[in-house]
Amino acid sequence: MKILAVESSGTPASVAFWEDGKIKAEFTITDKLTHSVTLMPLIESMTKICGIDLTALDAVAVSAGPGSFTGLRIGVATVKGLTLALNKPAVKVSSLMGLSRNIFAPGCFVCPLMDARRGQVYAALFRNGKQLLSDSALSVEDYLDIVEEKAGKTGRCIFLGDGAPVHRERIEERLGKRAVFAAPGSSLQKASSIAVLAAEELAAGNTVSSDDLVPDYLRIPLAEQMEKAGTLEDAGSRSLKKIARGDKKHA
Amino acid sequence: MKEDKITILGIESSCDETAAAVVENGRTVLSNVISSQIDIHTIYGGVVPEIASRLHLENVNGVIRLALKEAGKTFDDIDAIAVTKGPGLVGALLIGVSAAKALAFALHKPIVGVNHIRGHVAANYISHPELKPPFVCLIVSGGHTHLTIVRDYRDLMIVGKSVDDAAGECYDKVARAVGLGYPGGPKVDKASKGGDPEAIVFPKGEVRDRPYDFTFSGLKSAVLNYINKANMTGEQICVPDLCASFQQTVVDSLVSRTMDCAKAYGIKNVALAGGVSANSALRAAFQKACEENGFGCFYPEPIYCTDNAAMIAAAGYHDYLAGDVSDMTLNADPSLKL
Repeated sequence: MKILAVESSGTPASVAFWEDGKIKAEFTITDKLTHSVTLMPLIESMTKICGIDLTALDAVAVSAGPGSFTGLRIGVATVKGLTLALNKPAVKVSSLMGLSRNIFAPGCFVCPLMDARRGQVYAALFRNGKQLLSDSALSVEDYLDIVEEKAGKTGRCIFLGDGAPVHRERIEERLGKRAVFAAPGSSLQKASSIAVLAAEELAAGNTVSSDDLVPDYLRIPLAEQMEKAGTLEDAGSRSLKKIARGDKKHA
Repeated sequence: MKEDKITILGIESSCDETAAAVVENGRTVLSNVISSQIDIHTIYGGVVPEIASRLHLENVNGVIRLALKEAGKTFDDIDAIAVTKGPGLVGALLIGVSAAKALAFALHKPIVGVNHIRGHVAANYISHPELKPPFVCLIVSGGHTHLTIVRDYRDLMIVGKSVDDAAGECYDKVARAVGLGYPGGPKVDKASKGGDPEAIVFPKGEVRDRPYDFTFSGLKSAVLNYINKANMTGEQICVPDLCASFQQTVVDSLVSRTMDCAKAYGIKNVALAGGVSANSALRAAFQKACEENGFGCFYPEPIYCTDNAAMIAAAGYHDYLAGDVSDMTLNADPSLKL
């Protein structure tokens, strides 16, 4: 079985090629470059250097979220284009579950968290491959409440993802010596982890058609939130409408 | 057989229409599929970029499949893929650009990044198979007001432009002020039917020493002042008269400069392009002025005035012929210049 995997949910642009249980290649850029400029050239060069025959792929996998909305859409639009052209299925993998697979830590609580802005993180919780908290958008404090509750007084918690260094101080305050942080090389999103998880999904028959593939944003657009809450139509809501629409002056 | 026909798949996602089309030789439209999001954005009184981006992603495969099906073509029949690279909403543009690059790469086809505004100009080649450069082209849309001379298919000279608001922008603001809502252009056009265009005299903006430039901010302020004053004195506003008078002022300003330009440069053919070129008052005044001056008058059919992918394929055809193709670093440019 052959899988091409794409990960662009955060800062890294990463692509990987998986074949019969092995990661054959992984190309990653972790510098803050635009995914729309880096992602396809990464795929192009990996394909060329490794002699990958795209028509022989069994599926194309994508880190479907949560994460940066624009980053997710570039990854998903790219995979939609590839699978549409190749007439292949897509496989969706959670970006947080992908992060948890960057490390092998039996018995430990694996805590991936990504900066989600608006005072929140995207986070989940895993132990021995089992997901104890589903992918969520929540405040760091709420997240650490859950981690503390699940890990108890002695459980070792490994934090990773771009939210880990940002909230390191608070995490250490709350969890003390129970908290450890993943090494830089395994702390950010990697397409190889997406590929490994995608292989499991593919073996279980969990594929998505090219047409139906969409990201898992975890959040509805701000304008829709305001509309549902009724704040969009409130008196004097002209400026709210502008914010909701993302008019330049208010963006 | 294949040699004399170049078949281009066009993809457009710059604002609130997800579109795909198949066009032969930059003129013959085999299919033109448009999925409009306008009903959803109307709730918010304008295009919400995040919602637009999400919907483009949901619809992009569907419009491409349908465009191929309606054209009776498969990916094998396509010579190149043309996609809008800008200007527009960056998140929206990125959907088309990302999907198009992946398609082009997997299919081993060349990719051409097209300027959306040049696409609007190329819409005229679809509606008028006989039209060839040179011609004067007035480009009017929500974000652009440009007076240009199309010297060749890929050689466009800007003679004048709006120094402040675009004409379409002005329509949107006036429509909002009189409670007509979004989108302003068609709403004002409709409301002005039966109104007296001479009822209210609004100032015709002129830019000193720049005879081909436009200014609409003074006109916009005058309309808003008129409404405020009427509201304060409790005077009833006649919306058809207001809309007709406003529209007449805009149209006069657009048409007179276009005619002046054609005369000054000695060019016999004049064309309209862009979303506002669907405006009935503009078309009528333009047609009349061309007849009076003995100019050939061209504007696209309404379906090619709106954002569509056929015009992108038509413009991309000339870039493809010229060898102006992109590589996999092709990016969206939200403020791409004409």
